[in-house]
Amino acid sequence: MILKGTAHKYGKNVDTDVIIPGRYCNLIDPVELGKHALEDLDAGFVKKAKPGDLIVADTNFGCGSSREVAAVALKGAGVAGVVAKSFARIFYRNCINTGLPIFECPDGVDGINDGDTITVDAANGLIRNETTGKEFRATQFPKFMQDLIAGGGLLAYVEKRLQEKAAQRA
Amino acid sequence: MARAMTLTEKILAAHAGRADVSPGDIISIELDLVMANELSAAVAITEFRKIKGATKVWDPDKIALVPSHFTPNKDIATATLSKMMRDFAEEQRIKNYFEVGRGGIEHVVLPENGMVGPGETIIGGDSHTTTYGGLGAFATGVGSTDIAAAWAIGEMWLRVPPTTKIIYEGSLRPYVAAKDLILATIGRIGVDGAIYGALEFTGPVVKELPISGRFTMANMSIEAGAKNGIFPVDATTEAYCAAVGKKNYTVYHADKDAAYAGEVVIDCTQIEPQVAIPWLPENTKNASQLNDIEVHQAVIGTCTNGRIEDMRQAAEILKGRKVHPRVRAIVIPGSQKVYLQCIKEGLTEIFIEAGCVVSTPTCGPCVGGHMGVLTEGERCISTTNRNFRGRMGHVKSEVYLTGPYVAAASAVAGHIAGPEQLGKPVAA
Repeated sequence: MILKGTAHKYGKNVDTDVIIPGRYCNLIDPVELGKHALEDLDAGFVKKAKPGDLIVADTNFGCGSSREVAAVALKGAGVAGVVAKSFARIFYRNCINTGLPIFECPDGVDGINDGDTITVDAANGLIRNETTGKEFRATQFPKFMQDLIAGGGLLAYVEKRLQEKAAQRA
Repeated sequence: MARAMTLTEKILAAHAGRADVSPGDIISIELDLVMANELSAAVAITEFRKIKGATKVWDPDKIALVPSHFTPNKDIATATLSKMMRDFAEEQRIKNYFEVGRGGIEHVVLPENGMVGPGETIIGGDSHTTTYGGLGAFATGVGSTDIAAAWAIGEMWLRVPPTTKIIYEGSLRPYVAAKDLILATIGRIGVDGAIYGALEFTGPVVKELPISGRFTMANMSIEAGAKNGIFPVDATTEAYCAAVGKKNYTVYHADKDAAYAGEVVIDCTQIEPQVAIPWLPENTKNASQLNDIEVHQAVIGTCTNGRIEDMRQAAEILKGRKVHPRVRAIVIPGSQKVYLQCIKEGLTEIFIEAGCVVSTPTCGPCVGGHMGVLTEGERCISTTNRNFRGRMGHVKSEVYLTGPYVAAASAVAGHIAGPEQLGKPVAA
């Protein structure tokens, strides 16, 4: 899967409260949530972001709450993926579980400016800044996570574990 | 022979059926309890329904459901989420469902009902699930899909975190309590200081801390980015478990020669009452440096500081004093049990005499939900755990984090103040 879009760049510690404020956490629908994505950090984001755009951010992206709707809201706003220097751990898991592609790439973040066009090859983590021509390589997921993602995500893994458990009992 | 392990590693190894584990290992652990509230449960139920072959949860007795965040339901959307959870509890015969009026905030309710204990593995659909580390449990927050998966199989995969040991030396000054220690710690190591890691809280000061204070500190481990925060199990832990009827738990201790990713020594003698200013919990200052900051609201309670000991601290300051005319002071006991105890001890009367509103247990204002939402330009001094932009309401409102002593003193003064800066209370 190749992701291509405009980079929207933000700083350190973008927390889940600004990704989707608490006042919208009684919503479930991705489209409704998407209308408020990043509202308290950048009120103009939803208007300027085009489907397929990417977020580029510094360290500790997604810190704070366990609200899975944070990842869902970004997807709902059309965000194709997030490149950051590091991710907060619950948000990291939530992205894997909801299918929002994330890439840990400190060099890439430093080499991408707000508004640059970037492409990301999700399969191998190769990030290319089309505006400058520079290329970067994201940190690889550990093998277990690669297998989890390739196997269809967490719920598919759970279905396999249920079958294994049933076989053990038989 | 198994390698020497930290407390977190010991619990994880035992629950993964392994002799030992090392930081970075990806393991699958068996879970002793899976908790969710109305916001996380609603999404988890939707995901659970998608799992082929999972019509029933793996073990209804190891699941807890607690309406807390926007309850008593603040609007129709919330009522719908709460109903989804209530119906699911009935369908799956989950008896540990704590209805409004019989529960409160999950991280106050579960310990006081003997549902969490030393050596256990607990996950929750709430980031402050780390609270239970106060009893020497491995406890961490996850999102809703992880909750759905755990309901189905009773297991969770995770990466074994490297452990950083925080050692609290010295002794506590007057009006310095657990909240000040954890704020000072986050100020020192930063909001990503423990990212992907475990924090083990040790040292002579911690040994003297009541369990309520340990909950406060473990609760805010997540604000340093930690996967979990944990305290050694001691006589205080065992006495707490006996008092709440917690039985059948296993006590683990860190090996003496365990390898830690880092050690931080904190001299508590140097710590004054702390306040974290917007927009991050790491922005800590001494309360005494912030006397020119006016406040419009004070919130005392929540999963961080909503236990009876916290209520007593606030009452100690508010007794015989009045809340400043400009300030709304909102006291929120963390559970029905704490609420009732406040009444029995006469604390509720002190709060009301002082001019506070005393609310039913709820997360309410902490998440900008209800019961004290802020508008543009308003500032709140709060015993909650997050001061992110827009956390308690309007994007241009502000939250200053502190403990119950300073929150109560600031409510009286009308600006940020420590208890020692107040005049004498009026004799009753």
